Amino acid sequence: MSAVWTLIDLLAERRGPASLGDREWESVISVARAEVLAATLAEKLVDAELPPAVAALFADMRAAMRVQQTHALCEAEMARRALEPAGVRFVLLKGTAYAAAGLPNAAGRQIGDLDIMVARDDLDRAEAALLAAGWEWVKSDPYDDAYYRNHMHELPPLIHKERDRMIDVHHTILPLTHRARPDAAALLADAKPLPFRGGVGGGVCPTGAMLADIPHLNRSPGGEGLYTLEPADMVIHCAAHCMADGDLAGGLRNLWDFHILATHFSSDPGFWETMEARAERHQLLDPVQRAARLAAMLYGTAVPKSWDRWDRQDKWYCMQLTARDNWGRPSRQFIRLIFTIRSHWLRMPPLMLARHLWVKWRRG
Amino acid sequence: MKHHIKLGIGPAHFRIGSDWAQPIAQLRALYADYPALEGPANATVRLFAARPWRRFIRPAVHLGGDFTIPDALPLPLSMGLLAAEMAMNLQMALGWRRHMLLHASAVERNGRALIMSGESGSGKSTMAALLGETNDWRFMGDEFTLIDPASGDALAFPRPVSLKNQAIAEMAERVPAERFGPLLKATPKGDIRHMVPRAEALAAMHQPAAPALILFPRFGSELSVARIAPSELFVRLTEASTNYALLGEPAFTALTHMVRSVPALAISYPDSASGMQLIEQLWAEATP
Repeated sequence: MSAVWTLIDLLAERRGPASLGDREWESVISVARAEVLAATLAEKLVDAELPPAVAALFADMRAAMRVQQTHALCEAEMARRALEPAGVRFVLLKGTAYAAAGLPNAAGRQIGDLDIMVARDDLDRAEAALLAAGWEWVKSDPYDDAYYRNHMHELPPLIHKERDRMIDVHHTILPLTHRARPDAAALLADAKPLPFRGGVGGGVCPTGAMLADIPHLNRSPGGEGLYTLEPADMVIHCAAHCMADGDLAGGLRNLWDFHILATHFSSDPGFWETMEARAERHQLLDPVQRAARLAAMLYGTAVPKSWDRWDRQDKWYCMQLTARDNWGRPSRQFIRLIFTIRSHWLRMPPLMLARHLWVKWRRG
Repeated sequence: MKHHIKLGIGPAHFRIGSDWAQPIAQLRALYADYPALEGPANATVRLFAARPWRRFIRPAVHLGGDFTIPDALPLPLSMGLLAAEMAMNLQMALGWRRHMLLHASAVERNGRALIMSGESGSGKSTMAALLGETNDWRFMGDEFTLIDPASGDALAFPRPVSLKNQAIAEMAERVPAERFGPLLKATPKGDIRHMVPRAEALAAMHQPAAPALILFPRFGSELSVARIAPSELFVRLTEASTNYALLGEPAFTALTHMVRSVPALAISYPDSASGMQLIEQLWAEATP
């Protein structure tokens, strides 16, 4: 049994942790770390009977991830303090959004950079406000800078000079060169204001203040505050990020997000119909349905019958998603190469891709 | 991977895989006296060839594992042991979350710890090795000292001492040859030879020790002692820690308590003998 499937089976509760031997644990831990799912697994097995060494390691991971989430939420608040006076409304995306909304997939989920989305018309003001508040450019290369601005769905990454944390300012959810054109205006217009609760476990900000105690945080809906995408859009973004952009790196984690979010939101009986309609509007129905099929295949997500059709490409996706050996190393190099080529193909037209690769290659 | 071994160093339990037999055989010999591991390892280290043919032609050992840095340069196979040690250190520096990690050496006496922090080349490693060879002190580690945020105690990470350049000859005069690993000549850090700690240090590796004195040694200049204020100590120790910021409030609380309760001194000494003498004297003053 390959460890990557043991990990998937543990998360999907097809297998209990008691059945794992020492060697399997070592491999599962390594693979889970490589797939950024280790703390997720640790949270999943929080009440399980585990070998003492595994239980201790998982406790470390849970504690560290809670600290990280507190830092991430604090960073969101710092962005709000910078952007709100400039009149820029922004929406939290991905990990920070899940944690801020207290969604069930936030438990143990790693949060890297702060990802936010603003209206394209607000981009210049957002940039100026962030620069004034202490963020600065990570890259100073003119080609990269122009590339981001002309073709990407986000500003070049900014890093805060004192806190050393990155922010990605998006104005839509896919690169502009991508074949699909999501309706960015609709994403923003339907975003939901957050009743901010201080995040998972009500953590403490590094400055010492409880997040919930920070003034202006509990603003009423419609006022300036923190927002997330509305539920269907949040799941669609998750699927787009996973299936339509990039080479499926981190795909197991993103599909886990999809699985937990879709399962959580489908307590609303109209959820899947809403998602279908919105995905169509964002030109993302194919990737969303593929994510749903793969999530069902891997984690047992309950998807509507009409979505659960067979697609002959799915098995390749599945092979790419599970291409990792028991030492945590990427495997199946040929399939990986195909997906790398596919990711570039999806992102830009061939001539532009050729030019881009030429420039990148010449500069080594 | 084809060749592998499991090693337990204090609370850290490594699974180390390698594309070559030699580094694993060297690790097996060097760690022969370490207690056997029970239960699964908590970190994975990989020593690998970037391309299949580089296992055989000009073999270059790349450092990998659960945690890696992108720009780690590969080492020749003759330095495979050093590669393994660096990769284990990387797992600790980047991945360990149970304790606050200080880049510091430590020795223990009567249940209390002397912690020595400083830049590479400051002499902290050699001094810990020298003290650890006397009957008064237990060697706890020459690279990392682990601080338990809950109790404030220091925990040992007693991997073999990585002796560099002149320190190799200095220790060879005092320590039997069977406790040394192979001499690794002309590594990026100069000549390196590993020295296995005494059996007592290995047997007691899980025993915590309350920090009683923190020193910032500097080898090779006039004898001097300068007190370090708690505020400066705080900054120095956060800089010496690889994971302080990641641990959040518990680390802040533990460190605040430590800098208020443990005396800290910057010392310099012209040679090892006077250094040891000075440290004995300062220890006696700090632990009446």
